[in-house]
Amino acid sequence: MSFFLEVLVGGLLAGVMYSLVAIGFVLIYKASGVFNFAQGSLVLFGALTFVSLVERHVAPWLAFAATLAVLVLIAMAIERVVLRPLVNRMPIVLFMATLGLSFILEGAAQLFWGAQVHGLDLGIDDKPLQLGGVMISQFDLFAAATAGVLVIALSLMTSRTRLGLSLRAVADDPLAALAVGIRLPRIWAVVWSLAGFVSLVAGLLWGARLGVQFSLSLVVLKALPVLIIGGFSSIGGAIAGGLLVGASEKLAEVYIGSAIGGGIENWFPYVLALLFLLARPAGLFGEPAVERV
Amino acid sequence: MSNLVMRRPGLNVSTPSASGLVLIASLAALAAVPGVASEYWLSAVLTPFLILSLAGLGLNLLTGYAGQLSLGSAAFMAIGAYATYNFAVRLPGLSLLVDLALGGLSTAAIATVFGLPSLRIKGFYLIASTLAAQFFVEWLLTKVSWFSNDDTSGVLSAPRLSIFGWSIATPVSRYQFVLGVVVVLFAAAASLVRSELGRRWMAVRDMDTAAAVIGIPIGRTKLLAFAVSSFVIGIAGALWAFAYLGTVEPHGFDLNLSFQVLFIIIIGGMGSISGNFYGAAFIVLLPIALSHAAGALAAIGVDVGQLQNLQKILFGVLIILFLIKEPDGLARLVQIARQRLRDWPLRA
Amino acid sequence: MNLSLSRYFRAVSSRVTATIGVSLLLAAGVVATASTAYAGGEEYFPLQSYRVGPYAAGGTGFFGGFIDYMQLINTRDGGVNGVKLTWSECETEYVVEKGVECYERLKAGLNGAPAAATNPLSVGIAYATIDRSTVDKLPLITINHGRTDSTDGAVFPYVFPLQLNPYSEVSAIINYIGTQSGGLQGLKGKKIVVLYHGSPYGRETIPVLDTLAKKYGFELTQIEVPHPGNEQGSQWLNIHRINPDWVILRGWGVMNPVALKSAQKVGFPANHIIGNIWSNSEEDVRPAGDAAKGFISITTHPSGTNYPVLQAIDQYVVKPGKGNLNDPARFGTVYYNLGVVNGILNVEALRVAQAKYGNKPLTGEQVRWGFEHLDLDNARLKQLGAFGLVQPLKLSCADHEGGGAVRFQQWDGQHWKVISDWVQADRALLRPIIEKSANAYAKEKGITPRDCSKDL
Repeated sequence: MSFFLEVLVGGLLAGVMYSLVAIGFVLIYKASGVFNFAQGSLVLFGALTFVSLVERHVAPWLAFAATLAVLVLIAMAIERVVLRPLVNRMPIVLFMATLGLSFILEGAAQLFWGAQVHGLDLGIDDKPLQLGGVMISQFDLFAAATAGVLVIALSLMTSRTRLGLSLRAVADDPLAALAVGIRLPRIWAVVWSLAGFVSLVAGLLWGARLGVQFSLSLVVLKALPVLIIGGFSSIGGAIAGGLLVGASEKLAEVYIGSAIGGGIENWFPYVLALLFLLARPAGLFGEPAVERV
Repeated sequence: MSNLVMRRPGLNVSTPSASGLVLIASLAALAAVPGVASEYWLSAVLTPFLILSLAGLGLNLLTGYAGQLSLGSAAFMAIGAYATYNFAVRLPGLSLLVDLALGGLSTAAIATVFGLPSLRIKGFYLIASTLAAQFFVEWLLTKVSWFSNDDTSGVLSAPRLSIFGWSIATPVSRYQFVLGVVVVLFAAAASLVRSELGRRWMAVRDMDTAAAVIGIPIGRTKLLAFAVSSFVIGIAGALWAFAYLGTVEPHGFDLNLSFQVLFIIIIGGMGSISGNFYGAAFIVLLPIALSHAAGALAAIGVDVGQLQNLQKILFGVLIILFLIKEPDGLARLVQIARQRLRDWPLRA
Repeated sequence: MNLSLSRYFRAVSSRVTATIGVSLLLAAGVVATASTAYAGGEEYFPLQSYRVGPYAAGGTGFFGGFIDYMQLINTRDGGVNGVKLTWSECETEYVVEKGVECYERLKAGLNGAPAAATNPLSVGIAYATIDRSTVDKLPLITINHGRTDSTDGAVFPYVFPLQLNPYSEVSAIINYIGTQSGGLQGLKGKKIVVLYHGSPYGRETIPVLDTLAKKYGFELTQIEVPHPGNEQGSQWLNIHRINPDWVILRGWGVMNPVALKSAQKVGFPANHIIGNIWSNSEEDVRPAGDAAKGFISITTHPSGTNYPVLQAIDQYVVKPGKGNLNDPARFGTVYYNLGVVNGILNVEALRVAQAKYGNKPLTGEQVRWGFEHLDLDNARLKQLGAFGLVQPLKLSCADHEGGGAVRFQQWDGQHWKVISDWVQADRALLRPIIEKSANAYAKEKGITPRDCSKDL
């Protein structure tokens, strides 16, 4: 029984890490309506910049601030240069543009910082904790706590501040938001900067988990099913989807996987997402599509 | 945000059959290329170019004409490759062409199953279904060694190819074989999209609620799109494995290849037949051109690693540029150019 | 602005773009097919390198070492018996299609210098170019990896898994575990888990491990980690539940540091994890930080700079500023030294072939003869300045591996320290399995195996 709990808890905590990446996607989708495949490369770029600065003896807080500034600039540049000319195109075209963007970012990351792999030490000793006979990783708890704080902050921002209100308006109907005087470029800049911040946090946590190297950008493939299940435009959905994907993928790998040879973690979340979609075609918390003839 | 797929009218109906004739004529001219081109061009550039055009054609039928998003092209190519291989190895009496056709049919059958969710899910979310296919197929082909004739690694290596005594072993013969298959399938597809089925697909793509209202059987149309498209993609996959690479493993058909095929149709032009060639030219030839340029620069002392990174950046920039500049793809650019050329003598 | 005018400008600029595109392609065609003047007197090594992408860390190290060694031969010795070495790189990004295109582009030679051998350092690219290499008569070197049955040169005349093939690798590890358990009979009843990468490379050794488990009586569990290996939580929880004596890690890329970190998460001691030949570099352990301390791995060549050949490279190549590495601190690391060893073996094969065919640029077929008659004993290794760096190797027509021995090293947080002497794989046990597999391949492909008793 305790083994089952261990797998479950481990899965939930891993799922929180997926949600962290997914939240970046959600923010951008809410603001610009695009599924930003380059999010993974942003995570990589951020982590690599931070680690390279720290290795050159820059103080960590300064490195964090500098990296954040760089990411925000990149995010705003993306919004300006790539997305604005492509406004009103098909979602798939926007998606492919962000895919091209990911090539640029990955090439740039290795151009500036080299192809070496780096370790990232956040100062957390990852010895396992024993809570009631169940083994839990300290690092995962820390990551979950960070993600929790982030989510609460974002939720408070969207529901309690003027900025959040404007954001929700823009996400709902950009034209109407324009009509009541909300400055769209400003909102976009803010949201993309927020997404940059979330990417940096995700990059640091994932970088500490995997090491800062090229494969970091592949976390986006884990975030996809999370988003599909939770809906592209809901932060709460990203959390719920992440927890669901993390827990189910680990449990499936251990219990079902051992029966059919293992290695099912790659496709199981996608099949799960598919099944969810069949039941709810717009995701758990997404907005159902309205079609008119 | 609504899930409606917005489209600009433009390339929906192919230009008259003159363009089809031109295409076939130029392809026939290509058959003379082996006399001129070096082995490198034949086996490393033109053959993959043709095969990827074919894969693009398949995906274009599904996504460009019928409007169903698919990110699983590589998985369907894998199914085609492995199915053809199994038919070739386990039923040695059959001709290679029959093996290919059977491989394509198997792919069509399996893809239709993965296409069933399209009856319920619409728009961008549909990628869930084909993504599930992409990862599941990769896993299944690696895991179950029966598919690769009990090779534990899941690697299959191409058997000897021959049709009616003509041995397909040299780069020239492989190129000509691929060319033949491509010409036949392109001609078939070109007439298919002009038929009633093609029009039904476009109706489903543009406004499927309205299409249902006027009596088009949506479900059957969508599933047929999956089936026909995957038949073509499956054959492309088999050619990729047998006539080009020689050995394949399931991870060779990964998500990156799916993205490549999707790039081909978006840059080439969705809803166009000739666009697949332009898109494949972009995706296949451009990186090679960049690589040659990089090689020339490296010879004069520019750092090789930095050059490779610059290539990648440049490729991404060009993709975005094309997407911004011409939403309907290279096929549209060519159309505009031909229009200009036609008008030019008439302008004072 | 007039609407049609703006459309006209757009069309014009589109045409300009198209023209540029076409010119680029034409230029590429010119470059590709341009005939080049015969320069004479050089041997060419095409390099299907990867300096971009997820495996760039290993690629830059390996090709850096290889190029630096060739540079040393040119600078210090004036080439191999007067024949200078030349090379050019083509980026593959570790992608099979690019590797194949690079192979086709470079196989014909450079400026009249014939190609000696290809060294793609990639299982996928190697598989895809096996048939082509055989048809083109160009040796394909897959040092420390590759298709195990290509060890049988009778069926695979042009493929060389130098030094170590995957079967030898796991056999040597099992033998080492035996020595740690008081002899091979001590293996009986022990629990061993193999954590392997979900790819052909990872799956290659599943059957031979089953065979070894049956022979020695240890309890074997083989667990797969799906590519790329970013997430291993459930696999390690499983391992924790099994509680084995040893874990053998057959990883690649990011799977390695994640494995070590995940082991730490479940409290499995790093000094009971043994990494294979692709889990043994500094790049594999550094990202794991503390979790990697005590981790053991195998190596066919120690890291470090304490070897005459490396000191020579430092003196003749690196100090004058012609070193290939961007980061000089990587000099002497595992991947760099692998590149140097690869260079040593390639050049030595050239030397052996020249002894038979003359001191001139040789064709691939002649170089193949050189590889098959490679005989590096301790005396020759001392001459080359590589004693202790390279194991004694003797190849033949039937045996394209030649060595099959490894040393074990342990990570102390800063460096790899060698902790054992050469441990040999059980090649007598492995040979029949390899031959069976090679003959099955020959039958499927319709190849007639060579008769190795004749010296071809």
